[in-house]
Amino acid sequence: MNIALTHLQRLEAESIHIFREVAASFSKPVMLYSVGKDSSVLMHLAMKAFYPAKPPFPFLHVDTTWKFREMIAFRDQMAQKLGFDLLVHVNEDGVRDNINPFDHGSNTHTHVMKTVALRQALDKYGFDAAFGGARRDEEKSRAKERIFSFRNAQHAWDPKNQRPEMWKIFNTRIAPGESIRVFPLSNWTELDIWQYILQENIPIVPLYFAKERPVVERDGMLIMKDDDRMQLRPGETVENRLVRFRTLGCYPLTGAIESDADTLEAIVGEMLTARTSERQGRLIDRDEAGSMEKKKREGYF
Amino acid sequence: MRHILAKSLAPTDSIRDYMAAQEKKSLLRFLTCGSVDDGKSTLIGRLLSDTKQIFEDQLAALERDSRKHGTTGDDVDFALLVDGLEAEREQGITIDVAYRFFATPKRKFIVADTPGHEQYTRNMATGASTADLAIVLIDARQGVLRQTRRHSIIASLLGIRHIVLAVNKIDLVGFDKTVFDSIVADYTDFAKGLGFASIMPIPMSARFGDNVTSQSERTAWYSGPSLIEHLETVSVDEAAVELPFRFPVQYVNRPNLDFRGFAGTIASGTISQGDEVVVAKSGRASRVKRIVAHGGDLEQAIAGQAITLVLEDEVEVSRGNMLVSPDARPQVADQFAANIVWFDEQALLPGRSYILRTETDQVSATVTDLKYRVNVNDFAHEAAKSLDLNEVGVCNLSTRAPIAFDPFAENRTTGAFILIDRISNATVGAGMILHSLRRAENIHWQSLDVGKRGRSDLKNQRPAVFWFTGLSGSGKSTIANLFERKLFASGRHTYILDGDNVRHGLNRDLGFTDADRVENIRRVAEVAKLMADAGLIVIVSFISPFSAERRMARELMGEGEFVEVFVDTPFEECARRDPKGLYARALSGEIKNFTGVDSPYEAPENAEIHLETLGRSPQEMAEALEHWLNERDIAEEQYDNGGGI
Repeated sequence: MNIALTHLQRLEAESIHIFREVAASFSKPVMLYSVGKDSSVLMHLAMKAFYPAKPPFPFLHVDTTWKFREMIAFRDQMAQKLGFDLLVHVNEDGVRDNINPFDHGSNTHTHVMKTVALRQALDKYGFDAAFGGARRDEEKSRAKERIFSFRNAQHAWDPKNQRPEMWKIFNTRIAPGESIRVFPLSNWTELDIWQYILQENIPIVPLYFAKERPVVERDGMLIMKDDDRMQLRPGETVENRLVRFRTLGCYPLTGAIESDADTLEAIVGEMLTARTSERQGRLIDRDEAGSMEKKKREGYF
Repeated sequence: MRHILAKSLAPTDSIRDYMAAQEKKSLLRFLTCGSVDDGKSTLIGRLLSDTKQIFEDQLAALERDSRKHGTTGDDVDFALLVDGLEAEREQGITIDVAYRFFATPKRKFIVADTPGHEQYTRNMATGASTADLAIVLIDARQGVLRQTRRHSIIASLLGIRHIVLAVNKIDLVGFDKTVFDSIVADYTDFAKGLGFASIMPIPMSARFGDNVTSQSERTAWYSGPSLIEHLETVSVDEAAVELPFRFPVQYVNRPNLDFRGFAGTIASGTISQGDEVVVAKSGRASRVKRIVAHGGDLEQAIAGQAITLVLEDEVEVSRGNMLVSPDARPQVADQFAANIVWFDEQALLPGRSYILRTETDQVSATVTDLKYRVNVNDFAHEAAKSLDLNEVGVCNLSTRAPIAFDPFAENRTTGAFILIDRISNATVGAGMILHSLRRAENIHWQSLDVGKRGRSDLKNQRPAVFWFTGLSGSGKSTIANLFERKLFASGRHTYILDGDNVRHGLNRDLGFTDADRVENIRRVAEVAKLMADAGLIVIVSFISPFSAERRMARELMGEGEFVEVFVDTPFEECARRDPKGLYARALSGEIKNFTGVDSPYEAPENAEIHLETLGRSPQEMAEALEHWLNERDIAEEQYDNGGGI
């Protein structure tokens, strides 16, 4: 018999294995659902891993209150369609202090509304394992992270002292208060994600497809004016341009690209000729050198 | 400003064609290893750059970083692409493994860039454990170094069968063929015993790209392939599909009473609907009724696939067991020999209990015998009492319950395990099973008709093990003695195991090193267990300084039988009392390895009974213990009467 698994089949099997390992070894896992394309793939794999049962854990969305409105609509629609248990957490302290990306900058906003909010949610529910959709090809500190990534009771990552991770034998043992972040998509690349979405016909937020949208040029990026909270600076105008997003986060921090790719095939075609990385559209990675590692040490995903 | 991507070039059909071609690509996982500064990270940077995997924004950031942290003058320092941690960039070294991805028209690659420093060997092992091939880099000016040998031995132990010997920095020796030939001869001679199926030597300059993606004119004397050509074509098929069927059960999927599926990843072989399978540990047989997958049942599945099996019969299978081919079964044993690579600052100690984890199984395990340590320079087998950080050795292990496995040489998935520290939960070692030990196959448990319950009922008591721990001179023996007299007076059957007394007989061959202390406690715990099994109330009075061994003793005993008694007397008070004159001698350096002086005492955190001795008389504390025992027996009687049997 001369049969071998394809590249995507191998990646899919590895991710499913990781999901099951967590379900079998932890008492209270949760999946972080960020509504983007990687989350869509993660959710699809979770459904496959436990079929015919539903995934034996809830999905948690940490809502910064600055996500694109289409993301929130898509989130609620998916929760209803797939029937999973959706938890939404907002850092109410941040809301009370009106923390926002325009007045406080991306660093403070992300720290308060994402990193701190995530820590609050994990503590509130007492989750001992949390799935995230991060991939190693995204960013160079992620390229260094284990699939089962240990966090101490303060949710901090210690990059200089990671547990060895041998074969597919994962050390899932933790003391009370400690937790593990689990990354089933560690070995997937951006291209793999798109190929898999195409192959499996996985629903994604429409913002990934090109469409005329109201955008403002600011700090070298095209920012979509998603609601009235975005105030125009002198000299700025709102233009309708044919754009799409390669990655999704908080709308004031996520740059659009001009593109006419309005089908999955066209998106893959565009990717093959791309000259810039996907995180180029993310303001938070550029604030300072090593900024992702710093955030991760503080408990960011 | 550049927001504009090239317009989507290809029409939909050609994208579909492209995707179909991508689908057929195979995947090669490899690592780069070798000594510090041999150019591992630079090589990966070069591979990524020459295969067009670096985007414009990443290149701009790299140029910025090169000016700040770079070590290559005005040129781009490719090492900064992979050395992603701040500490790595500041120190200019690789600390942990980085995973990178690239593709050529023929293959997809996942590459693990691993650290060269000896202290980070465990991170190198992490990268090697999932790789099919290793690129061993050698600095042409340095030749084969200690780390070259260590990494090659670990790669071989972890099952890597294909090596690329990259003789790097060949530009710095004037592209000299004789230097290359001599290094290749040295390495091939050294690697004779490592069982590699192929060793491909290539002269290379990672920094300037010679022989990386295409043959270099500067090494006209070299006629072999470039690195990329070799990586694209080398055949590393382990043919896991050809091996007997192995399915480690990972998760029992039971959404309702009508469905019971065993989920897992096929480790080797193939399985079809209707095939007979056997449960490895029990030998019970059944047939595959369904191979369940999202989107429809499968008729057949092969090694590497993550599936869910439904069996024809209601057989007992849980996580940690394996479904296997009836014709070629794995071994099931609780004693076996294995290669061990040690990862922890605290040395491996024979006799200490660790948690052993295979892909899905987890049991307590002890190294019963450290047969030898392997010298990484010349493979010499050296006698050793412990394995230190980054050392490699051959051990005999004994597990609390049998596990199912194949020798690692036959099956890389079912022959591997890790060892976990019971207290810190750190991954402290990796093991590759060699073979089961004969005695495990031949010694079976005798099932006896008279049981513990019967024996203790006859004595009209419940067995217990009171485990006294505390510093020398804390009062353990005095309190234990009074306690036993009280029990004896009330008609209980007891026995005291005293540290000093046992060292005159059973343990007279043991000293006071950490390794011997561990063995000392292991033997006493086993004896206490036998006595409890005989129905006795056992009082163990041992310093027992390490929490790992006390926990091991606790887990040996039946539910509720182990009672840890912490005899808590401050060090200063013990040294003041000094009933045997030992503290004076230890503090003057005359006695070595004395607990509390130059050997640690790990105080219990959750002892059942905590006796703070200052200001309390031994008599009073012995009464407290007796009271505690009476309370327990009353509570259990109520439970027995109430619960009924």
